[in-house]
Parts: sequence; structure tokens; C-alpha cells
Amino acid sequence: MTWETVIGLETHVELATKTKIFCSCTTAFGGDPNTHCCPVCTGMPGTLPVLNKRVLEFAVKAGLALNCSITRYTKFDRKNYFYPDLPKAYQISQLYLPICRDGRVDIGGKTVRIHELHMEEDAGKLVHDPWIDQTRADYNRCGVPLIEIVTEPDFRTAEEVIAYLEKLKETLQYLGVSDCKMQEGSLRCDVNLSVRPAGSGELGTRTEMKNLSSFKAIARAIAYEANRQIELITEGKRVVQETRRWDENKDATYAMRSKENAQDYRYFPEPDIPPVRLSEEYLDALRAALPELAGAKRARYQADYSLPEYDCQMITSDPALAAFFEDTVALGAPPKQAANWIMGQVLAALSARAMEPKAMPLTPPTLARLIALVGEGRLNRNTAVKVFEAVFDSDGDVDAYVREHGLEQISDASLVEDVVTRVLASNPKSVADFRAGKDKAFGFLVGQVMRELKGKADPRAVNERLRARLAGEGPAPSRGGPRE
Amino acid sequence: MNELRTLTALELGAAIRRGDVSIPEVTVLALNAAESAPHNAFITLAGAEAMRRAEELQKGLGDASSPLYGVPMAIKDNICTRGIRTSCASKILGDFRPPYEAAASAKLAAAGALSVGKTNMDEFAMGSTTETSFYGPVKNPWDLSRAPGGSSGGSAAAVASRTCWYALGSDTGGSIRQPASYCGVTGVKPTYGTVSRYGLIAYASSLDQIGPLARDAADCAAVLDVIQGRDPRDGTSLDGRYGHLLEGLTGDVRGLKIGLPVDCFGDGLDGEVRRAVLAVADVLKSRGAEVVELPFPVMEYVVPTYYIIAAAEASSNLSRFDGVKYGWRAEGYDGLTDLYNKTRTQGFGMEVKRRILLGTFVLSSGYYDAYYRKALQVKAVIKEAFDRAFESCDLLLTPVAPATAPRLGESLSDPLKMYLSDVYTVSVNLAGLPGLSMPCGFDLSGLPIGAQLIGPHFGEGRLLNAAHAFQLDTDYHKRAPKGGITA
Amino acid sequence: MKITTELVDYISELSRLSLPEEEKAAMTAQLERIVGYMDVLNRLDTAGVEPMSHVFPLVNVLREDEVIPSQDRAELLAGAPAPDPEAFLVPRAVE
Repeated sequence: MTWETVIGLETHVELATKTKIFCSCTTAFGGDPNTHCCPVCTGMPGTLPVLNKRVLEFAVKAGLALNCSITRYTKFDRKNYFYPDLPKAYQISQLYLPICRDGRVDIGGKTVRIHELHMEEDAGKLVHDPWIDQTRADYNRCGVPLIEIVTEPDFRTAEEVIAYLEKLKETLQYLGVSDCKMQEGSLRCDVNLSVRPAGSGELGTRTEMKNLSSFKAIARAIAYEANRQIELITEGKRVVQETRRWDENKDATYAMRSKENAQDYRYFPEPDIPPVRLSEEYLDALRAALPELAGAKRARYQADYSLPEYDCQMITSDPALAAFFEDTVALGAPPKQAANWIMGQVLAALSARAMEPKAMPLTPPTLARLIALVGEGRLNRNTAVKVFEAVFDSDGDVDAYVREHGLEQISDASLVEDVVTRVLASNPKSVADFRAGKDKAFGFLVGQVMRELKGKADPRAVNERLRARLAGEGPAPSRGGPRE
Repeated sequence: MNELRTLTALELGAAIRRGDVSIPEVTVLALNAAESAPHNAFITLAGAEAMRRAEELQKGLGDASSPLYGVPMAIKDNICTRGIRTSCASKILGDFRPPYEAAASAKLAAAGALSVGKTNMDEFAMGSTTETSFYGPVKNPWDLSRAPGGSSGGSAAAVASRTCWYALGSDTGGSIRQPASYCGVTGVKPTYGTVSRYGLIAYASSLDQIGPLARDAADCAAVLDVIQGRDPRDGTSLDGRYGHLLEGLTGDVRGLKIGLPVDCFGDGLDGEVRRAVLAVADVLKSRGAEVVELPFPVMEYVVPTYYIIAAAEASSNLSRFDGVKYGWRAEGYDGLTDLYNKTRTQGFGMEVKRRILLGTFVLSSGYYDAYYRKALQVKAVIKEAFDRAFESCDLLLTPVAPATAPRLGESLSDPLKMYLSDVYTVSVNLAGLPGLSMPCGFDLSGLPIGAQLIGPHFGEGRLLNAAHAFQLDTDYHKRAPKGGITA
Repeated sequence: MKITTELVDYISELSRLSLPEEEKAAMTAQLERIVGYMDVLNRLDTAGVEPMSHVFPLVNVLREDEVIPSQDRAELLAGAPAPDPEAFLVPRAVE
């Protein structure tokens, strides 16, 4: 029998606000345990939540970008359960009137339906200390704003799931509502999965998998769990509806204790937070302020700049990178050259420094100037790369650097010609080798010329003149001459 | 010195400003009275802090602008006071000393208030007699064998016994008004939201409200003028928009339409209480008010609606008391769940556990719609009944409780009976309205009787002025219990 | 509505309360009386009535997204029943 896997996702995304959802503590990642806390987010008695304006704005923006209908009258509810990472013993979330519903995301020709998107607060972190055999609760993350995005069971393969998550991540990053760093837990995913005979219209019993902290883990957990369920059914056993945890090390899922499965959350309307009513003007303003998303940018780059698809993908992989590219081009840099610099030097420099594009010190005017100097023939490409490295961290003045280090390219053709003549005369053996068919000798001669010129000549011009002279041509008359 | 104890808070404030008496002197007076009183009105007396504060306030007296400057008062023990034990009269909070101050007490402090300590109450404000306190019951100053009412019984007893000049209480279903009535003092439950709940340990968040208990309506007005107003830390708070209450106390009630809901004067109401409450209408009528009878056909629904909603919210609000972050932790537990179970089972009293279980039940899967959702619908109906009533009158006059103070120990055996005695007060909280309780007579045993005035949202000015008018013509509010000091 | 011991056990577990047997019996009886009394609400037809969670038409009470320095950790931890300089301690809660 062929089996079909049916998957739905619940994705939790931490919003990139400065403060927590219900108090004014910072959301900065890290920090010593319990130092980003106050009486509100540690659940002290008598304290009250007050909703962060930007959380609402970010949730609506995300909903609009995911083609959701926005709930005009939305409320918060309490979800009650005891666990030490939840100091109030209830999570403020949304059940009855979530902020967004009925959205859709297109992934390569397929539409994934969004069931709902709601706002809620994150929980704290628990770390077991084996020395004292006690678990420590750290509430720094407690109260960090989240949106939970729930899809319909529309996925059939792990590839579709990954494609959706990539698209979701890209969209939320472009909106600036989340940095979506899985390694820091700002994007987390629960996978609901069931199997059924291909062609069947009914859904099988599903399990929910938690603790999936990378795309790789998600793909492997899906494969494992689908197989496990198919084997169970094939053996005549039943799939139990339960929550399972993915164990990264064992490459397997296992059932969580039954107590954690038996939940009755006793949701009810949160009395401490008045409802939120969204006006058409508010929604229109947010709609108008939505940035161009990655897909639209890619199409535009291909159409307007004739950039290859690969380049478009690379550059739009990060909104800060795309913005950097667009600004550089707006300053007059030829798009393809700007793209080459970004995909080459810029990404390499960022990667060497383990730096996010949005934290890059180098600014578009600096790169644009560098590209212009190369284009004008005043810097050769190799020298330009060195200048790039030198100015990257401080966004230094390219012209000043070139001037101070005497790096400007020699554009006086007669000077190059003179050096070529001299090098050919003083290296008769290499000339003979070249003529005897040893190509390596040519490289040596180029190197000699460049060395005499202290690397400041255009290597293409040196190549061309050497080949011409070795082919028997006489010294060229002065061509072009100095440009200034 | 003792005659100072007969003064109202405003009168004492004036005496302090005139220099007739110093703040440390009156503080000593209050602390001595509190220590020698037999009522168990206080859980924590903050004597050293109070004396330090008295000296400090005395030094700043020259700049004093508030009429309550330097007047000793007390704070119910469910209102967080920075660094001072706040127990909610529960074992589970242990020696909890909040690292923050409640908005209401902070505002009073900024106006020169001087707290002598934290008053006893029903555990987590759940009770109508102050007998559910872990720290033992409060005794009614009028008769030590009787309950002072609850849950703000300690605040009411402290004011009635002339120990301090006013106190803060909280009112979720009558917890200011009913003890005020049993103890013969004046108390106000303000319009929901007009006094910040920041720092008030929640019982039922949608109903809780902080308010004053004092000797008369004018003192209550002075306290409300200080504590009311929007607070950015309480999202449900808003400004009362009623201007300066104290200045509005003219005693002029001409043309004021007072409604008597006939359904509040039917079966179950003690005859002496009925007569005393109806006599209030006569006094106000003699000053030019109009009295109209009107139907209020929702009385039978108010108690169940209140207990479903309050218990539901309480079950959630009290979940945070688990022996992990603050307060008391049980010993001898085995693992996390056992820590929770033992701490909560041993840390909460029976009444609290009863309401937590009831609240958990009405919210649990399968019962939510039949109980909790239904109660929210009935709440809407009750609110509408009030809206209709206020179309034809300016204020409502009702009893506060069906009878005067019960004997200690009488109520606990039958929880449902205790709940039913809240019938006249709980609807005010459900509708978010302001309510006032004032002394209007005494029964044959010499126990105070209270009358309740209910206003529309933000109708505090009207309530207080009507009470003030009544108090201009009567002296019930001036009488003090034996053992207390009579004027 | 009949309140069974099983139901009391269930809501006790949800509430993290474990009543001793003698308390449980009394509680079951009291809850049954109280819940039975609450059924009086069924006499009122509320079809079509919108449940009212907030009594005021107050909406959109929002805070600016501006950081206020957090509270001193020692103060937050001072009241914890299991003292620790950095965190709140509980029995093993993670694998």
C-alpha cells in the first residue's frame, strides 16, 4: 500500500520588539539569569499586564503579509497550567478571538492555508543543575512576545514543510517583525503528523512533535515519525494521539509522560487586558507601510537589472542585504557588479566576522565608491579587494585610503609599455620558454611587470601588452593616456 | 489625647496642620490603641516604620497640602506594601515582603498618609466574616462575640474602634461595604477601574476594587480624591472624571431621584434592617430628594453569577501560589507535582480551596458553557437591569446585608448560606458600579445597621453627597462602640 | 448536577490540590449544594445574549515599546523559599 503523510504546523515566532509583551523589561537575548525581569514578568502577586503597542502592530503586519483576515475586535485569554517556566501558572494567549485568521502562503505552486495567527507570551527557561539536583528557573525569556502561526494540515512532504518555513522566515524577516533565529529559539516549530492510505479522504490519528530546533531536525523527525506510524498501522496496531519529543541525539521521537498529555487548559477571557478594536484607518496605514517582500524583489531585480536568478536569490536571502544592494545601485553602481561584490566580498567578510548583514559597518556609499573607482580604471580589482578589507570595519573613506597608501592604478599606458620592454629585455630565458610553449613563463612575466608597477596597473592591460609584444609587435604608441 | 480619637480624619488633619497636635503624638496614640485593642484587626503592625515616617512627615509639615497629611491609617493586607509583610491572611504567602508598592498606597503616601500597619481579612478576601484568616478571626468592636463582616473586617474594626482614622479595603462582592455596615463605619466601593489595582493581590480581577473605610462620607471623599485616577500599570484603570469629590459635598439633594428596588426589600430581609434603611429615604426626602420605587427583577441570579465568575478568576489568579517564587513552601515533598500539591493543600484554608475547586470546575472542559459562559451572559443581563434602573433614578437605596453582624463561628459551617448573605452587594461589582455603605441605625442588640447607595458609573460624587446629606441630619456615624471612645 | 468523587479528584488534580479523604467527602457534598444552587441561572433565557467579560467599553489600552530598567535580581529572589543567588529553584523539571 502507498501511504500519504499529512502534516500541519504550529510555529512560534518571537517578535523583535524592544520590550516584553506585558511589561517594560528588555527582550535582549542572553543576560545573566533573571536580570531581564520585574515583578510583572516573574508573576508577583498584584502585578498586572499592559499590552505593548508594537506587538499588536507586528502581529497585524505578519497577518497582512500572510494574507490573513484581521480580526477587528480581538481579545486575550488565559491558558491555565502549572509548570515552573510559567510563573503566573497561566499563559496569556488568544483562543476565542485571535488577531488573524484564514491566511495563505504560496510555496512553489502550492498553497498552504493558515488557520490562525495569535499573540501570546513566551515562557521562561529551565536548566537542571546536576550538582544540586535542582532545576533553575530563569524568567529572562518569560513574557517575550510571540506570535503562533497555525496552518491547516496541508503539507504532504518534509520538503513542503521546509519550503513553507523558509518562506515564512523570509517574510517575517522582511517585515522586520522577527529575526527568526532558530538557534536562539526565536523561531520554533511543532509538527502535527498523521498518515493515511494514499487517496483516502479521512485523516488518521495525529501526533504532535515538539523540540524541533532546526530545519534538519524537522525533516528527520517527519521521516522518522511517518515511518513509525506506518509500521504501527501495518502491524495492526493503533497510533495514539499524543505529544512526542524529538531526540536529536537518538534520531527518534518518544512519547512525553501521559500527565503532560492530559491537559484541560480552562481558557477564559483575560480580565486584566481590555479588548483591542482595530480601525480601518489603522489597518490601512499598516497595509500601506508593508515593505516589498523577497519574492517581489526577486522578480523586480530580474526584470529591471537583468540579474541572474541565482544572484537574486542570494541577495534577497536577507532583507538587510537586499537593502544594501538597492542602495548601492541607487548610488550609480552597475547592478551586476554590485551583486558580485555583495555575493563575494561582502558575504565573505560577514561570514569571517560571524556578523549579521544588518550589523554590517560598511555602508552602500563606500561600496559604490569602490566600484566606481574600479570602473573608472583607477583601482584594479585586486587592489580594490584590499581596500575593501581595509575599510570594511570602520566604513573608512575609500578615496583617502587609496591616496594615503598610493594605490591608485597606473593609467599611463606608456609607463606600462616601458616596464614591459624592460622586463622582456631582462628575462630572455622566460621569453624563450614562453615561445617554446611553456605557458607558465607568461604568468611569471606578468608577475614581474606587476611587481615593478607595485601592483597598481590594470592586470588586463599588462596581459594584453605582454601577449602582443611576445607575438612580435613593437611597443605601442601612447594610447588613452592619463585620464586626468 | 483620647478626644483626638473621636475626630474624623479631616478634622485630625486640620488639627495637625494647625499645630494642635504633632504627627508623632497621634501615631503613638494609634499604635497604642492598636496594640491594646482586643479585635485582632491587624496582622502586621509596622510600629518602627510608622514612627520613622511620623518624624519625617512632621518635618515636612510646612509644605503639606493634602487634608489627610499625617493622619494615621491602615492598609488591608492584600495591598502590597514595599518591604512590609503582605500576607493576604494566608499561610501560603508566609513572610512575603513585596519589592514594590501598590499604586493606591503609593498615592496616599505621596499625599502624606501614614500607615500604622496591615489589617486582617478573610484569606485572599474570600469570606464575609473575616473568620477565614490564617491569623485568626477579627472581633466586631460592637460585640466581641460577633463577626465584623468581611473580607475587609480588620480595616472596618480598626476604623470603628477609633484605632486609626481611615483604612484601605478592597471590595470584590461587598468586602468593603458589608464590614462597614456590620461595624458602623462608612465605606465606598468605587466605580470599577477608577482606583488602580496595581499591587492589589487579585481575587477576582474583573470585580476587585480598592476603596476607603472611614468615619464618614467626607473622609471617604478625601481618600478617593487622592487614590482615584488612571494608572499606566493597570490596563483596566481609568480616570473617574468626577472632579474634586470633597468640594462637591454640599448636602444639597434637592431634586435627586432615589430609587428603591422593591426586589431588595422582600423576603429574607430582617425587619429592623428594612425599617432603618427605608428611614434613610425619609431623611433624604425631607431634604428635597424624590423617592421612587422600581422593579429590579434579577436579584435571584446575582449570587450564583457572582460566585461562578469570582471563583473562576480566583482559581486562575491563585495558581501562582505554588511555593516556588515567594511565600511558603511545604516540607517533605517528592518531586515537582508533590511540591505543588503539598504547598497548596497545606498553604490554603478550606474556603480558598473550595473556591479554587469551584472555579476550576466551572472553567473545565465540558462545563464552561453551562456555567462560566452562562454567568457572563447573565452578567450582561444584570448590567442591563441597572442601566434601565438608572434611566428613571439617580441613585439606588438598598440594604447592605440581610441582617446585622452574625455571631463568630455561625457562618463557616454552611458556605452556601454565607454566599447568599452577599445578595445585596455582589451585583454592584458585576456591573462595575460605585456603591457606598453608611450607618443608618442600630438593631435591638445595639448592632449597627448599614444602608447601601448605588450610583451609575462615575456616580461617586452623587453617592457621597447623598451620604453626606444624610450624615448632616443624623449621628449614627458618630457613635462609637463601648470600649471605643464616644464623642 | 451530581458532583462525583471522580470529578472532585479531576478538578483537584487540575488545581494541584490533594485533599485528605475526610475533607474530600465534605467538599464533594458542599460543591454539589453550591453547584446545584447555581443551576438557578438556567431559569433565565439568555439565548442571543453576548457574554460580557469586560463591563466597560474600554479598548486599546496600550503601552509604548520603551525599555524600563529591570528590577534588581536580589530583590526579586529575596522571597524565594529555596534561596539561590541567580534563579528560582524547583525539583527536577527537565530531563
